[in-house]
Amino acid sequence: MPTCLQFDSVSLVLDGTTVLDRVDCRVPEDGITVISGPSGSGKSTLLRMCNRLDVPTSGRVLFRGVDLAGVDPVEHRRRVGMVFQRPTPFAGTGADNLAVAGVTERATAVDLFGRVGLDAALLDEPTDHLSGGEAQRLCLARTLATGCEVLLADECTSALDPESTDVLESLARRLATSGTTVLWVTHDSAQADRLADHRIVVDGGRVVA
Amino acid sequence: MSPEVGADPGLIGLAASSVLVVVAVAISMWQRLGLERSLIWSACRALVQLLVIGAALALVVEPGQPIVFSWIWVVVMVTFASWTLGRRAPEVPGAFVLGLIGFGLSCVVTLSVLFGFRIFEPSGRTIVPLAGLVVGNSLAATVLVGRRIVAEASERRAEIEARLSLGLTGHDALRPYVRDAVRTALIPQIETTKAVGIVFLPGAMVGLILAGASPVAAVKVQVAVMYLILGSVSVTTAVVALGLSRRLMTPDHRLVRVLRAPSR
Repeated sequence: MPTCLQFDSVSLVLDGTTVLDRVDCRVPEDGITVISGPSGSGKSTLLRMCNRLDVPTSGRVLFRGVDLAGVDPVEHRRRVGMVFQRPTPFAGTGADNLAVAGVTERATAVDLFGRVGLDAALLDEPTDHLSGGEAQRLCLARTLATGCEVLLADECTSALDPESTDVLESLARRLATSGTTVLWVTHDSAQADRLADHRIVVDGGRVVA
Repeated sequence: MSPEVGADPGLIGLAASSVLVVVAVAISMWQRLGLERSLIWSACRALVQLLVIGAALALVVEPGQPIVFSWIWVVVMVTFASWTLGRRAPEVPGAFVLGLIGFGLSCVVTLSVLFGFRIFEPSGRTIVPLAGLVVGNSLAATVLVGRRIVAEASERRAEIEARLSLGLTGHDALRPYVRDAVRTALIPQIETTKAVGIVFLPGAMVGLILAGASPVAAVKVQVAVMYLILGSVSVTTAVVALGLSRRLMTPDHRLVRVLRAPSR
């Protein structure tokens, strides 16, 4: 199976602290790859590097064989989308949020909301009226609105109720089945067992399995 | 009262006006505010500062003095204001340089309009006071806009990075927060401009009338001054906000890590 993302001896030192230490690993194109490990082990940092929000102090991150150091980050981020641990809805309505990602057509917006299990009526609701689960699903719809080929999910269900968690896990599976590469970070071993087609285990800034 | 009496209250008049400071001190003592020393110190300090500035101003505004002295004064004012900006907003990266550019550009734009359209003649008597209005009135708004943008970049980091992760440029990702900060900084000046003449009589106008000018002439000067202040505050805050938003992003569109200073 071809490689989607590859870490090639990647280290990151922030303010004198080694966050990642010579990490070598690869993420296949197919299925869901789960990165697991304890809190503070460097899982989220690995994900942020895939989105170019962080860059290595040394080593290389490759996307389909191309070193990310040489690519346009703005263009890259539309191909490799990311959902964060805490919902980050922007001010305005659901439709306003999708417009930030470039979707302004009503039909497309309704379709995106349907994919993440949100009622289309919420498109016109101010985002501060949404529950935590609805807000996170809105954020996922917003990311999918960019037409990304890879989805990075950074513990995106850690603050959600079981029902919302189930919706997002099901959606991740459907995306993976339809050809989107999914890289899912979690510290929940049960969730890792449910989702993982491939696993990367991180501890102390190093890949241990 | 003759204009001459109004123009110069004299040493006795000056001493008599200090009765009002005594009133303020008395209120502080009566209400146990604990501000007596601060009131006396601020009143004395203002007196000394203004006497020194008045003596120095006489060197540049008197007829016959080289106009270059006035421009040197303006450069010193811009530099000092930039240093003050850096001191009052230490969390703002590159505040001193941003201040130099913002205050400097604001002086260039506003004074070019005032002197270019011959609203005032460029002379020692006009350059220094007008530049002082530009810099002095822009300083508070500039500190506010700088601190607000840095606070937003710190508190709303997750939201800004979510915008970046959608493929927005650094400039576009910061735009809503920069816009809000500039609006917040400008609104007090806009409100002041709207209230002028109804809620309060502005200082320049009062000063001119006390000095014996006709109210109509004083109003004309005051209108020009109000527009000058509105323009200068807008230019300075916009320049500092845009410059700061560039400093908060790396060239490859990543948000710089900033620490918010403790609230005062």
